[in-house]
Amino acid sequence: MLSQESLQQIDREIAKYPPDQTQSAVMAALRIAQVEKGWLPKELIEFVARYLGMPPIAAFEVASFYNMYDLAPVGRHKITVCTNLPCALSGGVHAADYIKEKLGIDFNETTPDGKFTLKEGECMGACGDAPVLLVNNHHMCSWMTTEKIDQMLAELDKK
Amino acid sequence: MILAGCDGDRTWRLQDYVARGGYSALRKILAEKIPQDAIIAELKTSVLRGRGGAGFPTGLKWSFMPRSFPGDKYLACNSDEGEPGTFKDRDILRYNPHSVIEGMAIAAYAMGAARGYNYIHGEIFETYSRFEEALAEAREAGFIGRNILGSDFSFELFAHHGYGAYICGEETALLESIEGKKGQPRFKPPFPASYGLYGKPTTINNTETFASVPFIMNMGGEAFLNLGKPNNGGMKLFSVSGHVNRPGNYEIPLGTPFAELLEMAGGMRGGRKIKAVIPGGSSAPVVPGSVMMDCTMDYDSISKAGSMLGSGAVIVMDETTCMVKALERLSYFYFEESCGQCTPCREGTGWLYRVVHRIEHGLGRPDDLDLLNSVTTNIMGRTICALGDAASMPVQSFVKHFGSEFEYHIENKKCLVPPEVQRAGSQIYVSPSC
Ligand SMILES: Cc1cc2nc3c(=O)[nH]c(=O)nc-3n(C[C@H](O)[C@H](O)[C@H](O)COP(=O)(O)O)c2cc1C
Ligand code: SF4
Ligand code: FES
Repeated sequence: MLSQESLQQIDREIAKYPPDQTQSAVMAALRIAQVEKGWLPKELIEFVARYLGMPPIAAFEVASFYNMYDLAPVGRHKITVCTNLPCALSGGVHAADYIKEKLGIDFNETTPDGKFTLKEGECMGACGDAPVLLVNNHHMCSWMTTEKIDQMLAELDKK
Repeated sequence: MILAGCDGDRTWRLQDYVARGGYSALRKILAEKIPQDAIIAELKTSVLRGRGGAGFPTGLKWSFMPRSFPGDKYLACNSDEGEPGTFKDRDILRYNPHSVIEGMAIAAYAMGAARGYNYIHGEIFETYSRFEEALAEAREAGFIGRNILGSDFSFELFAHHGYGAYICGEETALLESIEGKKGQPRFKPPFPASYGLYGKPTTINNTETFASVPFIMNMGGEAFLNLGKPNNGGMKLFSVSGHVNRPGNYEIPLGTPFAELLEMAGGMRGGRKIKAVIPGGSSAPVVPGSVMMDCTMDYDSISKAGSMLGSGAVIVMDETTCMVKALERLSYFYFEESCGQCTPCREGTGWLYRVVHRIEHGLGRPDDLDLLNSVTTNIMGRTICALGDAASMPVQSFVKHFGSEFEYHIENKKCLVPPEVQRAGSQIYVSPSC
């Protein structure tokens, strides 16, 4: 269900923990699975659980507890904007509003062409870089002025 | 200290750290076989206090680890920085990751721990990747792994990546999360020093705490203490955000006047008037700007002003800020991040948010301020972890210091600060130096 490369990455994660504690690798394994498949359908979570030898329900609990796992399909690019107070004081909300207007969608919506999903985020531990946003969970963009947002959206649109 | 001599993304590698004197403390400890007790005593002398929020003396915490425990013992580094306003650990990990690795290796030696994990906040994947690279460098050079630098001391260190849950910053939730479970805090006692990761004795410290250790070992506890002021040893990183001209991290001696820190951060944006400051991360009580201007940045002074130094996250708000709206956003955060285990927190944080929300939106009722106070008193002290208190303290302090603004909202069904003024004050602002 997962590529050889993803499985190898998961094996490397398992090796970080004591031999009788493979469940510790579940967060990383779900992340790796999500990167490959785009989101986490039920069967994929079950697959990960079986691979780690843990009860599927325990893997579901983890997948639903942490905010960055997507349990429903998202657009090709997921953009998460931090609007928490420190960011909001330096334009976090304005940046989010600008993206909403440009893409014609609200938070938790996907553009009709399936390219972009917009999410509202909580503090990313980067408030000094406000406005900040995450692209596809793993790439952080700092100091997002409207010009930089234009540029970012144009580049992502090509991918 | 920790960030001194670092040049952003250019000087984080092992060779740069070594050129700055890095790994000399670990080298010396292993070569001279310095006794464990001597290291802990040095830390006690330094009065290094935990940089994660609670300010607990680190030397004392390390002395709680059972010395003669026969099985595995663990270390965990708390890099799950998600407290709104705090962004120092990310810079430590990006710009000086080896200081954390060396600090953890020294800690492992002092407490006899054979394994450690650095729990890194979900949203900073790129920083996690860099830390993994730094670990590989350290392993390759023999600073971690088996028989470190030819001694009989072995220590394995790994990075664990979070995936978006503020509550995992709470130390026992962090341990649950490393175990591959939902990050829900445990009842204490037992404390992690006796029952921690995988049920084994574990010590958890913040990133900045560990990163300070090599410097303390090199300069000596006394000299570190003297950098700061009595009972508030050393240098501390302050993350300054909000309405200042140059948001960013500033590493300064504890006891530095707030006014100086504000100056370093470029002063108030647009020369506007300071209204309020949250001096220690969003969970710390808010302090009126005028009171803050007379404070020094250390645990004792901030505590005298009725707040907490916390993680050192200084959120500055000017006169364009609507305090009700500011509190509304914070209350939403705690409601969203409550792990849901205890009823007072799960129900109470939702209640607090809904009441502040309705006041902000012109639907407040005359007795809402009393209601807010009573909900907070029913949360505080009745929950498993401190998130309940963290959600309550902002509410109590905002209402205490800015009660008239809340009353104005309730009576007039609108903000005291006109919306266009608020909008102008919170425009996208990027400091020219970025
Ligand atoms: C809700 C909550 C969130 C916390 N978040 C963090 C955090 O992000 N980073 C951190 O170091 N400590 C955090 N703490 C404090 C930790 O529980 C713990 O006290 C700290 O990591 C100990 O390290 P120190 O003694 O070096 O400060 C949090 C506590 C609570 C209750
Ligand atoms: S106080 Fe809140 S966050 Fe902490 S354990 Fe209870 S419900 Fe969870
Ligand atoms: S508030 Fe946005 S990153 Fe901290």
